[in-house]
Amino acid sequence: MSPSIPVVAPPAAPPAVVAGDVLPELKIEGTPTFIVASALATRDFEDVHHDRDRAQQRGSKDMFVNILTDTGLVQRYVTDWAGQRAVIRSISLRLGVPWYAYDTLTLTGTVESVGDDGLVTLAVTGADALGKHITSTVTLVMDGTAEKGAGA
Amino acid sequence: MTDQDILDAAQRVRDEGGSARRKGRDPINQPMVNNWVEAIGDRNPIYVDDAAARAAGHDGIVAPPAMAQVWTMRGLGAVREADDPLGRMTDILNEAGFTSVVATDCNQVYHRYLRPGDEVTIESVLEDVVGPKKTGLGEGWFFTTRNYWRDAAGDIVAEMEFRILKFRPPAKDAGAQDGPAAARSASGDPVDDLDGTKMMRPQASRDTEFFWDGVAAHELRIQKLEDGTLQHPPLPALWKPKGETTDYVVASGRGTVYSHVVHHAPKVPGRQLPFVIALVELEEGVRMLGELRGVDPDAVAIGQPVEVDFLDFPDDPDASGREAWTLYAWRPADGAAKEKR
Repeated sequence: MSPSIPVVAPPAAPPAVVAGDVLPELKIEGTPTFIVASALATRDFEDVHHDRDRAQQRGSKDMFVNILTDTGLVQRYVTDWAGQRAVIRSISLRLGVPWYAYDTLTLTGTVESVGDDGLVTLAVTGADALGKHITSTVTLVMDGTAEKGAGA
Repeated sequence: MTDQDILDAAQRVRDEGGSARRKGRDPINQPMVNNWVEAIGDRNPIYVDDAAARAAGHDGIVAPPAMAQVWTMRGLGAVREADDPLGRMTDILNEAGFTSVVATDCNQVYHRYLRPGDEVTIESVLEDVVGPKKTGLGEGWFFTTRNYWRDAAGDIVAEMEFRILKFRPPAKDAGAQDGPAAARSASGDPVDDLDGTKMMRPQASRDTEFFWDGVAAHELRIQKLEDGTLQHPPLPALWKPKGETTDYVVASGRGTVYSHVVHHAPKVPGRQLPFVIALVELEEGVRMLGELRGVDPDAVAIGQPVEVDFLDFPDDPDASGREAWTLYAWRPADGAAKEKR
């Protein structure tokens, strides 16, 4: 095998954004593997996120996804759309119904506003079979390279 | 603890200031980032590929901003520090009876992206405490803590406002299980499959009255004939003067399954299908029919030891003259021991 020189394609230019734009939907299967793997990857060892028996003893239907994972999924959802040059400034989560094992979360998002300073505000919602699990507001700049030092 | 006591205790926590800065257990590092992006399914290369991160305008690989809190999570089996305001406020509200918890809001601000090798500390302060509020989950208090993450230079790199509702779960209505339609068994076994207001009640005749009086008294009575032998079902006591009650012995209540049927159809008022009717041979030698409860219908065996149970149904206030009544049934003789877990 000949050594290959790693080539990194420059990241695609961020999409042009105007208020009212809709982000493509993303579905996440809440498999037990996903719930446990993400709880441990976020260093959250609360038993309700990996032990169904204990979750049920505490009055839940099943084990459920933890908040740090929700925050991570919202970040992923936004940068999947905004691209590699995006810099996230804030993620606000309002937590609603739980997201239990075997349920699917559907993430949807809309551009709420685009500021003169380039700050984009998104409304992101994560819904499962029980209703709204996440109601979120995310702020970001689409092109962090334009303001190096602030975000990078 | 009054509402004012809670507010006073919260004020003391605030007055004592935030917690001491606590170091994250590890510096920002690639293996934890790798685990995290795999678990979350985040394919953004700026977290794993130096060239991609540089192409995006960073000075090298950056950690996902949403990992801010991950770096200072305490880990498996760890204990909160005594000065942690979230733990202190939790204790105060637990003591006041608001023992359940649900997080309601988590708002993070990222001042700069962290990079492998960065080290962070966390400190927490108690912000507002609001309550008591009536919520869908029960009466409770909302309280907010704010966390600050600082880098080695002491600059704040991220912060988080975290709001929790501590609530008192609505008391389970203690009377609900003992309501007018609920029955109790003498053994303590559940009777939630029977609706005593719809079931057929025993019809006592002059010849069987002693038997049903016995059931009401939680005794299984067996008729004693003139020659001393035992008989069930009871016969008309023609050898006794009219108006005199028949002689009986009180059975031990223990026996074995002599035969049985599983009733699948038709529906029987007040009962759930299927149920088992067993012909039980009592220790005293007579055989008696009754429902065998607390068994898997497929697992009933001839010869299986059983014992009597008594099911007490309360009166039915919706129907005049429907007084409290009692029925007997069988249960596995070793059932009580088995069910004590």
